[in-house]
Amino acid sequence: MTHITDLGVAAIRDGFRAGHFSAREVADAFNANVAAAGALNAFIVETPDHAIAAAEQADRDRAEGNLKPLSGVPIGMKDLFATKGVQTTAASHILEGFTPQYESTVSAKLWGAGAGMLGKLNLDQFAMGSSNETSYFGNVISPWRRPGDSAPLAPGGSSGGSSAAIAARLCPAATGTDTGGSIRQPAAFTGISGIKPTYGRCSRWGIVAFASSLDQAGPMANDVRDCAIMLENMAGFDPKDSTSLDLAVPNWEALLSGDLTGKKIGIPKEYRVDGMPAEIDALWEQGIQWLKDAGAEIVNVSLPHTKYALAAYYIVAPAEASSNLARYDGVRYGLRELPDGAGLQDMYAATRAAGFGAEVKRRIMIGTYVLSAGFYDAYYTQAQKVRTLIARDFDLAFQQCDLLLTPTAPSAAFALGEKSADPLAMYLNDVFTVPTSLAGLPAMSVPAGLDAQGLPLGLQIIGRALDEQGVLNAGLAIEERAGFTARAGKWW
Amino acid sequence: MSVDHATVRKIASLARIAVSDAEVEAMVPELNAILGFVEQLGEVDTSSVQPMTAVIPNTLRLREDVVSDGNIRDAVLANAPAPEHGFFGVPKVIE
Repeated sequence: MTHITDLGVAAIRDGFRAGHFSAREVADAFNANVAAAGALNAFIVETPDHAIAAAEQADRDRAEGNLKPLSGVPIGMKDLFATKGVQTTAASHILEGFTPQYESTVSAKLWGAGAGMLGKLNLDQFAMGSSNETSYFGNVISPWRRPGDSAPLAPGGSSGGSSAAIAARLCPAATGTDTGGSIRQPAAFTGISGIKPTYGRCSRWGIVAFASSLDQAGPMANDVRDCAIMLENMAGFDPKDSTSLDLAVPNWEALLSGDLTGKKIGIPKEYRVDGMPAEIDALWEQGIQWLKDAGAEIVNVSLPHTKYALAAYYIVAPAEASSNLARYDGVRYGLRELPDGAGLQDMYAATRAAGFGAEVKRRIMIGTYVLSAGFYDAYYTQAQKVRTLIARDFDLAFQQCDLLLTPTAPSAAFALGEKSADPLAMYLNDVFTVPTSLAGLPAMSVPAGLDAQGLPLGLQIIGRALDEQGVLNAGLAIEERAGFTARAGKWW
Repeated sequence: MSVDHATVRKIASLARIAVSDAEVEAMVPELNAILGFVEQLGEVDTSSVQPMTAVIPNTLRLREDVVSDGNIRDAVLANAPAPEHGFFGVPKVIE
């Protein structure tokens, strides 16, 4: 018999409804996996009691015929979502011990739908990173390894705890957030699926802010259907977020279809970057063939400002971060450093020096500089203008096609430490995911194959604003043809 | 444009982050590498382009001018490092 922790969201939901197992059995099985996986460091806080309480409620609800969409399903929560009564740190020292008195909108929706929480997942500090090496609580280790090599690999970032936990079967699904690729790149690195919906689909209320015009929550899970189920229970209008879209949540799961007849898929030539491994190019070509097989027509398109996306991102995101992170001042919550005889200004500076990690400081400094008097127009205004051009590129491309297909990342997972000494080399990892974030479009990564070292590679589908359905359907078409069943061998 | 030691100290002061001499030394080349990288945006002709203000067209909503929250002082103060008499405590700012 398949072990319960091998099941995904849909299988757990349906098996629970059919009476094959109790919710308590599910929660116990995943809690045991979480407790035994300390070597991965995927969780900052484990919350077995939360998962058990939700499971016992689900079991009572089932007995009363009162099933909810996620009854019986325990999940992982990225530690960027405020959870009432449970420490929320954004993987930072400055928020260590912070215990929210309120619940983020997205997590509240998930609990309302019957889900339980297995724990708070590790991440790059304030979601700033692509390898999960900037967490104050230590690196997350990917469950994947190169054959015959025990060197720890990056699970991707910033949602690296989420990706590692799902790939290691510590949870069937998890929340992620994506500012420049933080759902899609870790999903690609660990052989799972993840979708960043259109900006505004999921409320940002109660999510620790990084770059507010880019931040967007989304689900990560084993497959496309599970992502659709999760997203339905995360999305929706929220008056508490001024950028929340006042739109009904579609029935993404019910409308899933891998038949792409009549769809046009654009292949942007600018994504063939110098130095990309031949096997990623080959996988992209394979993806094109799979989508043709699903009935789609392939068209070549151009996104001419792609090469400027990273530069625009590394002005806009740090600028917004420097503003958002000004709130950490040692007065209202979090860490306070008060050297002997220090005044208020000294307390601010000492608190922030002690509470922020090197990458966070670097981005606050860049953001402060580009927003400072005399430089604002040259940097920030110019970046926002280039952002307009990048969004316009997508608009023009979508006059010729319905969806875009690209690789998710320019390489498979790298070893921890391999890129951490060079911030720019790390930033380049997001070259294929950042443009979509700048344009606010929905995009997902699905696992498509293994590289020569046996590590997962992902393909990315990008859609028009609000066309999550198109993105999910093309993802499903690839999933059905890729037959990706590889899993990390258990060593932890 | 590039930054020197004095500029890095000024940025750190604006950002309210205390920095040691060694940190300034390390940050100068790091920040210059990033600033050098983003410099390429200067080559894009944006003379007829409006800066982006919203990624997805949306209108700012107004809500009813009514009290919708409040009377939660203890919850607001629950995570304060030094609450005093129902207020946020800070070092003395007036001599």
